[in-house]
Amino acid sequence: MTYDETTLAQLTADAADIVGRYPVARSALLPMLHLVQSVDGYVSPDGIQFCADTLGLTAAEVSAVATFYTQYKRRPNGEYQVGVCTNTLCAVMGGDRIWEELSEHVGVGHDETTEDGSVTLERLECNAACDYAPVMMVNWEFFDNQTPESAKDVVDRLRAGEDVAPTRGPAKVCTFKEVSRVLAGFEDGRADEDQGPGAPTLAGLEAARAATAAAAAADSGRTEAQQ
Amino acid sequence: MSDAPATPGAGAGSAPAPDLVPVLSATWAEERSWSIDTYADAGGYQALTKALGMAPGDLIQAVKDSGLRGRGGAGFPTGMKWGFLPPDDGGPRYLVVNADESEPGTCKDIPTMMSAPHALVEGVIITSFAIGCNHAFIYLRGEVVHVYRRLLQAVREAYEAGHLGKDIHGSGFDLDVTVHAGAGAYICGEETALLDSLEGRRGQPRLKPPFPAVAGLYARPTVVNNVESVASVPAIVDKGVEWFTAMGTERSKGMGLFSLSGHVARPGQYEAPLGITLRELLEHAGGIREGHELKFWTPGGSSTPIFTAEHLDTPLDYESVGAAGSMLGTRALQLFDDTTCVVRAVTRWTEFYKHESCGKCTPCREGTFWLTQILKRIEGGRGTQADIQQLLDTCDSIAGRSFCALGDGATSSIISSVKLFREEYEAHVEQGGCPFDRAASALFDYDEAPAGATRADSDAPEEAHA
Repeated sequence: MTYDETTLAQLTADAADIVGRYPVARSALLPMLHLVQSVDGYVSPDGIQFCADTLGLTAAEVSAVATFYTQYKRRPNGEYQVGVCTNTLCAVMGGDRIWEELSEHVGVGHDETTEDGSVTLERLECNAACDYAPVMMVNWEFFDNQTPESAKDVVDRLRAGEDVAPTRGPAKVCTFKEVSRVLAGFEDGRADEDQGPGAPTLAGLEAARAATAAAAAADSGRTEAQQ
Repeated sequence: MSDAPATPGAGAGSAPAPDLVPVLSATWAEERSWSIDTYADAGGYQALTKALGMAPGDLIQAVKDSGLRGRGGAGFPTGMKWGFLPPDDGGPRYLVVNADESEPGTCKDIPTMMSAPHALVEGVIITSFAIGCNHAFIYLRGEVVHVYRRLLQAVREAYEAGHLGKDIHGSGFDLDVTVHAGAGAYICGEETALLDSLEGRRGQPRLKPPFPAVAGLYARPTVVNNVESVASVPAIVDKGVEWFTAMGTERSKGMGLFSLSGHVARPGQYEAPLGITLRELLEHAGGIREGHELKFWTPGGSSTPIFTAEHLDTPLDYESVGAAGSMLGTRALQLFDDTTCVVRAVTRWTEFYKHESCGKCTPCREGTFWLTQILKRIEGGRGTQADIQQLLDTCDSIAGRSFCALGDGATSSIISSVKLFREEYEAHVEQGGCPFDRAASALFDYDEAPAGATRADSDAPEEAHA
């Protein structure tokens, strides 16, 4: 391994914290791979060896797990992982077009990274926000109800170094490495940041309230009509 | 948790539409709805106090009596699942919450955990107490980082409030909760694949039996429950079994989140008694988008056979949807209007299953690959009439022939769409292409033709790499 002393000490301390969450050490492997990505920006050979050494596994066993999951990257990842949902619902609502225009605009295809290392593009599978279709995710934050223009604008601003807020989530999208550390189970103090729950999340609640109000109005309307 | 419906579920299936019943979603519009203070102000954690004063066996019986069925898709009675655990042998037993929401169309657990994570945490504590678990896990899909932040904070707040840890509120009951982020694999929503993944392995399904109740996490007795199932438990304990069973239908009790998406005026989460119909839900959601008609829809996600406008009045409960030839699944209602090409929709779902097949079982791994090849050929106008039969034959070689239901799910939309829209498959073959205009389906305006031309002329990297 080529980690310097400080990095290795921090990794070791963080790994001990993760292992301590589970009754059996091997359960720490997935969060530890997120941890490796928070340091190296991908699942590096050093990171694989570190996980293997910590958990008493072989490097082959760790690689076998890492290659199964799409969030673990086998090459240095862009600072921003930009995914356009092209599963059926989002694709039909416009996701296919967003993908085509964004891919052409940025100049890279699926699972490819821009030369400046800022953006990795991905065609996403369903990200559980279908009521906000078409959806784009940047470093696993929600960008709801997208259009080709809005998607290109988000990516342009990120590449220009601006802070960009998702439509639901924290005040700004963090970097791939920062987000990977959260996914390893380390809080970053942003849980209370909020952009509001979004209209679809509240649609049923508001419809229920409207129905109740309408029923009350109908009652009072009848009373007034009788007077 | 405060707004108890006055007359829940009265006369499901008859006009006027039964009221929506916000229970889990009742607090979502509150200021800082995700915080423990907001949750407690709305009556949260009262159920925990009540539960800790009950005998665990009585809690299990109450959930059995409520008729609560698994909200993750299969609809297995939750209390019965808890009751399957073998008698205490002194060793550990586990609760694992399946928060790996990934079924296309399904988007109910994510807003639940984003807006009211404490409903889940309280449910976890009560469920753990009932089944004798001292270490519970919440397995969240990794691609929703803000939801993970909210869950981590909610668990920390619960520890600080004394709802978790040692000797909870003097009851002698100890519980630790670990929130675990996955790393992107649909198959980990299958409960035994989830357990392998949580053990630090590739997420591949196990052969059953043994079921998780006997040999689950670390080969110990384990209950795996969906987020919405567990989050429903506090309300049942707090408001009572009769309150819950007053909602719903004969064998599908209680309320559930119905997720409307696609070509609908107001997509979103509509919490209603089981047994409500799509027609009734659409009244609340403003109907299909203006100027169009409903063409087809999924009642419970992409793994459930599709329905058409003929099924608008099918009560959305487990039995009625099953009798009509589909499954209630996760109540993920994806609505597609008359602009949508059913072959395109089904092809894309099939590509999803091909991508997400874990590769363990040959029929699913190879079968989903070949289904995709055939469907892309038909969609692209290069298919033959014989390909349609080949599709169905290939489905026959997949369904029921693998460890888990992923392969079965892949065949659902194909078989049902060929049955309902065979002429549309044939039209692709006869016309040598898709008769639909994709731009007409999109929710924004664009002109299809120039983009295609630009793309063909460009030296985009995709072409360069080919």
